[in-house]
Amino acid sequence: MRRASWTLRAVVVFYLAVLIGLPVVFLVAKAFGSGFGAFWREITQPDALSALKLSLEVAAIAVPVNTVVGVGAALLIARHKFVGRRVLDVLFDVPIAVSPIIIGVALVLAYSRLGWFGGPLGRLGIMVLFSPVGIVLATMAVSLPYVLRSIVPVLLEVGQEQEQAARTLGAGRLRIFWNVTLPSIRWAVLYGVTLTIARTLGEFGAVLIVSGNITGVTQTLPIYIYDSWDQRFDVLGSYSGALVLALISVAILAALAVLRRRERRLLVDLA
Amino acid sequence: MGGGSALIVGYLSIIVLLPIAALVSHGLSLSVATRGAGAAFWRWRVSVGWRTFYDAVSAPGALRAIWLSLWLSFSVAAVNAVMGVAIAWVLVRDRFRGRGVLDSIIDLPFALPTIVAGVVLLAIYGPDSPIHVDLFETWMGLMLALLFVTLPFSVRAVQPVLASLDLESEAAARTLGASGGRIFFSVVLPSLWPSVLGGFGLAFARAVGEFGSISLIAGGVGRTTTASYYIFNLTSGFLWTDAAAVSAALLVISLVVLVTTNVLSRYFQTRTLS
Repeated sequence: MRRASWTLRAVVVFYLAVLIGLPVVFLVAKAFGSGFGAFWREITQPDALSALKLSLEVAAIAVPVNTVVGVGAALLIARHKFVGRRVLDVLFDVPIAVSPIIIGVALVLAYSRLGWFGGPLGRLGIMVLFSPVGIVLATMAVSLPYVLRSIVPVLLEVGQEQEQAARTLGAGRLRIFWNVTLPSIRWAVLYGVTLTIARTLGEFGAVLIVSGNITGVTQTLPIYIYDSWDQRFDVLGSYSGALVLALISVAILAALAVLRRRERRLLVDLA
Repeated sequence: MGGGSALIVGYLSIIVLLPIAALVSHGLSLSVATRGAGAAFWRWRVSVGWRTFYDAVSAPGALRAIWLSLWLSFSVAAVNAVMGVAIAWVLVRDRFRGRGVLDSIIDLPFALPTIVAGVVLLAIYGPDSPIHVDLFETWMGLMLALLFVTLPFSVRAVQPVLASLDLESEAAARTLGASGGRIFFSVVLPSLWPSVLGGFGLAFARAVGEFGSISLIAGGVGRTTTASYYIFNLTSGFLWTDAAAVSAALLVISLVVLVTTNVLSRYFQTRTLS
């Protein structure tokens, strides 16, 4: 029994080291391989900075919108009974159940000039393909479910008694939301927002399809990393950009861990 | 209900439902003709362009890409199902220094953007590998990338269930003289099956659709072109109808897998409870 547990422990540590630990260590080594100065030059060159800026701008739109929609949808699903509630619940998971590439193709076939609504949108002067509008749409689609998924279990467990008590005491719907519901789900909301930020900053496949990959105009940071490797053969640029995003991910993981300590009902469920 | 819910359904339709509908319609070359006079919907005749769909999906490159995605995803989900149980076991039952570090490492593939995962793997298993293991443009490279991104699904599906098992039945088996292996296979594993299957389904679905982490290590040669990479190639050549057709096929595969594992997992759950 003792030896068996040692073997198992060794196998698990080895697997995690080969699959996750060592690769991350070598990323850091490669990014700093030519010195910190070279790393800094890579991440402060104009193309890298404009990619970072676009990524942050897209997040600045997609995260608030998906937070409001997520909270609204969570309240709808957890607090109301209506025909099609199960269907709505399942439909919110579609963006993470299918390939981001498929989401990208679907958006193009709906909103580009060759799609269903491309004609009318074009006449309004809105171009979705090869433009930041498409990037925002694609990002909103793939990061849609996280706020909802974080809040619903907490809402169900907290129950409605306090909300009903507030209602009997004459509080209006908005007042109940701000003073009763929101305080009980605030950590869950923050958790969902953190997951949404992670997904928003990292989305690649769907954005690649709709963006047309124009340097300095439609390149988000993930696409810049891809382009540096695949098209410009600027391997150091790729490693450096990847390290920046990896550091953001570590910060996000730390934030998630803190939030999980505040609220036990939260799961690391990006699935 | 009311205005708020209409807004939510509207938003969902704009960013997800209408695009997916457009994709399926495009992929199957749906066309609507009205029969007789008037445009009322009972006069509509929807015809499907099976021929175009079939040609797009049965092209040699398409079949090979879909087959590659299927067997890779199956193997990856299977390997991580086994490793997921092993890792969950160590995290829940074992006590040693550094266990907390292992626990937080599991979530890294979740939080790491997929393209970063791709670059991270190339840093050690790429063309200029510091340990001289070059998996660039090989199926093993793809497999490694997919194992990386799906690991959290497999571990986190099993871990909470393993933690909630009560230790009494295991202790009973031990007093009755069962060996460690026997206890694991006849007492612990039967109650883990539903969650292992659930994790398998999630990992499989994720692997079938995965693009970012394999986009660099695949290198763009035929033998490492997975289904999602193939669709991407079609869009680069502006072959949107073919891209839509293969996407629709991939969509159906993902859905079938998710539904099947869901049903199986429920079947095992009810069997264990009764």
